[in-house]
Amino acid sequence: MNEGATNNPAEIELVEVSKRFGAASEPAVDRLSLSVGAGEFLVLLGESGCGKTTTLKMINRLLEPSSGEIRISGADILQEDPVLLRRRIGYVVQGIGLFPHLTVGENVGIVPTLMGWEQNKIRRRVDELLELMGLTPAEFIDRDTAELSGGQQQRVGVARALAGRPRIMLMDEPFGALDPLTRDKLQFEFKQLQRQLKLTVVMVTHDMMEAVLLADRIAVMRDGRLVEVGEPAALMRAAQEDYTDALLSAPKEQAEQLSRLMHGGGSDE
Amino acid sequence: MNDSMLMEQLHRLPDYLSAHLLLTIVALAVGVVVCIPLGFLVTRVKALQWPTLSVVGVLQTIPGIALLALMVPLLGMIGFVPALIALSIYSFLPILRNTVTGVLGVDGSIVEAARGIGMTDRQLLFRVELPLALPVIVAGVRTATVWIVGTATLATPVGATSLGNYIFGGLQTQNITAVLVGCISAALLAIILDQIVRLVEVAATRRNFRLGALATLLLLLLFALGIGPSLAERLADNNRKVIIGAKTFTEQYILANLITKLLDEEGIAAESRAGMGSIILFDALASGGVDCYVDYSGTVWANAMKREVVPSRDTLLAEMTDWLRDVKGIRNLGALGFENTYALAVTRETAKKYGLRSISDLSAVAPQLSIGSDYEFFSRPEWSAFKATYRFDFNDHLSIDPALMYSAVSEGETDVITAFSTDGRIIDYDLVLLTDDRQVFPPYDAVLLVSETAADNEPLLSALQSLVNGISDQQMQVANKIVDVDGFSVDSAATYLLHQLEGD
Repeated sequence: MNEGATNNPAEIELVEVSKRFGAASEPAVDRLSLSVGAGEFLVLLGESGCGKTTTLKMINRLLEPSSGEIRISGADILQEDPVLLRRRIGYVVQGIGLFPHLTVGENVGIVPTLMGWEQNKIRRRVDELLELMGLTPAEFIDRDTAELSGGQQQRVGVARALAGRPRIMLMDEPFGALDPLTRDKLQFEFKQLQRQLKLTVVMVTHDMMEAVLLADRIAVMRDGRLVEVGEPAALMRAAQEDYTDALLSAPKEQAEQLSRLMHGGGSDE
Repeated sequence: MNDSMLMEQLHRLPDYLSAHLLLTIVALAVGVVVCIPLGFLVTRVKALQWPTLSVVGVLQTIPGIALLALMVPLLGMIGFVPALIALSIYSFLPILRNTVTGVLGVDGSIVEAARGIGMTDRQLLFRVELPLALPVIVAGVRTATVWIVGTATLATPVGATSLGNYIFGGLQTQNITAVLVGCISAALLAIILDQIVRLVEVAATRRNFRLGALATLLLLLLFALGIGPSLAERLADNNRKVIIGAKTFTEQYILANLITKLLDEEGIAAESRAGMGSIILFDALASGGVDCYVDYSGTVWANAMKREVVPSRDTLLAEMTDWLRDVKGIRNLGALGFENTYALAVTRETAKKYGLRSISDLSAVAPQLSIGSDYEFFSRPEWSAFKATYRFDFNDHLSIDPALMYSAVSEGETDVITAFSTDGRIIDYDLVLLTDDRQVFPPYDAVLLVSETAADNEPLLSALQSLVNGISDQQMQVANKIVDVDGFSVDSAATYLLHQLEGD
């Protein structure tokens, strides 16, 4: 499955990983093998219930695989303390999950706090991250998270995930709940950030457009299985599987419609 | 109601209020310490959730007074501890239920994010779940607070002092002032405590630490007020006070007050625990929780000794005295000189009209007369024995409230009643008691009982000695009348008896 991967060494490797919930007859994830290179942006794409979120959560051990092996930097994660593992992996979810009883600054600084950094160091790191996310520290650091807009909240969510200087970020539909303008802006900024920090990112989405725009490679999933992995352009041009074709036809058609509209000089869509 | 009656009640307020406060705050603290961790546990171990909430829910449905009374035989003691445990159990449901609701109400994505960024279970609990659930948990504590303040007034019958002493005593002795003082103080206390816990709630919701500290300070202050007097008392005299018990009717309140006065004159510190359940009081005397009280020979014979055949008065007294000493370690100091038994009573006109002096005189006219009695008499063994021995019955049987039957007979609504022989209303309505010439009713001689430890206390025994054969039927009737009919306080009735004793 490693053909078409980046030249970098594998940062995350999933080998024949399966996950069954209780006595369910169908596995949620079925013998999935995949590797993600260091600094690579991989998108897990598929419809609801295809097992993409389950796959993501096994990488930071929020879920344990029923069988198979997951390695990070070559080491089996089941041999590691799950809490310490999670602290060196950034995690961003659609619900954002900011702590409503903590200020913006306390939210961003929570992982360094848990890791026992000293106060000054935490404060500097928080300032730095807010700055990085385009939030003026003086203005935002003591605010309640409830006062922020959706976009600002997700910026805080990303800043929180970055606080412990992780090399890996796991993201579950991080931009799903945002309005289109904010979403586009944040997607673009995050892509920049990912390149700048050389983050290895695994992002789950069902939004084909998002997948095509952000991913270095897209892994298409269906019914717990990996259908196809490839670079967005290659998949758009010539998918090996019909399912991939069907899935990616939507953004393709949208793009074509858009270009017709623009060349026809019609509406302001 | 006048000022002096109010003052007489208010001077007991510090004692009753501090005892009530202590009981309430400690019970609440136990509820919090038990139920918040338990609540978190059952959100973690889902299998425990339903059984735990069910058990606590069922405990809650036990009426407060029953739960309190149940603790006495279960623990084999009276007073603060059984009351505290019952009240704590009463606080469980609201605190537990709100803890579970609060924890389960924390947004799932927040919990997932907390785990996802690498919080340990402990950190998740203390940094996320507890602070987020706190407002809901404190709301449960608030509900529990109001419940406990109210239910603590029911602690009086198990021998724990509380504001309920006002209410129980006041209701029995028809002292409205006492009842009102008790109810109003309990209501005020509930409002004040509720507002303080509300402060905690607001502090928790707004995450205002200063407000939380203020509320905690206020609670500690109240706790100090509660514990202060009893602590001061304990420091003041190392000797334990003599505890005088009393059941739940006027005569008992008067006698307990009288005994306290007598001991006070001899310089023996005593306090009365009035308004206790009959069986609870007997057991407390046997176990030494109460040192002294007045019981009635027929009651001990039937209830404690479980004997049915009634011998002559002297035999019964002698056998009872032996049994109390040998089986229960209780000392009978002797009869007080009066008896409080069932007695048939008629108006003076009825007595004249039919020439009635004894119960046997009724046999010819009974089929034309009606009899009124309390709710239980017609199902008691005394009534079967009555019919079997005297061989007549009345035309009509009327069950009425004991407090109303005296006026019912005087107004002609019924012809004969089963009066309690020392009731003050017998004098007030000028009723005639008919002699029990065939001795159907067991003797109910008032007897002065003391606990095993008190029996070794020579000064106590000699102080109590003047009571033996010191009070006649008529004197006790007058004393009861002072309270029940004339509306004076228990204290004044006891003072009357004290003068009678010392006048002899």
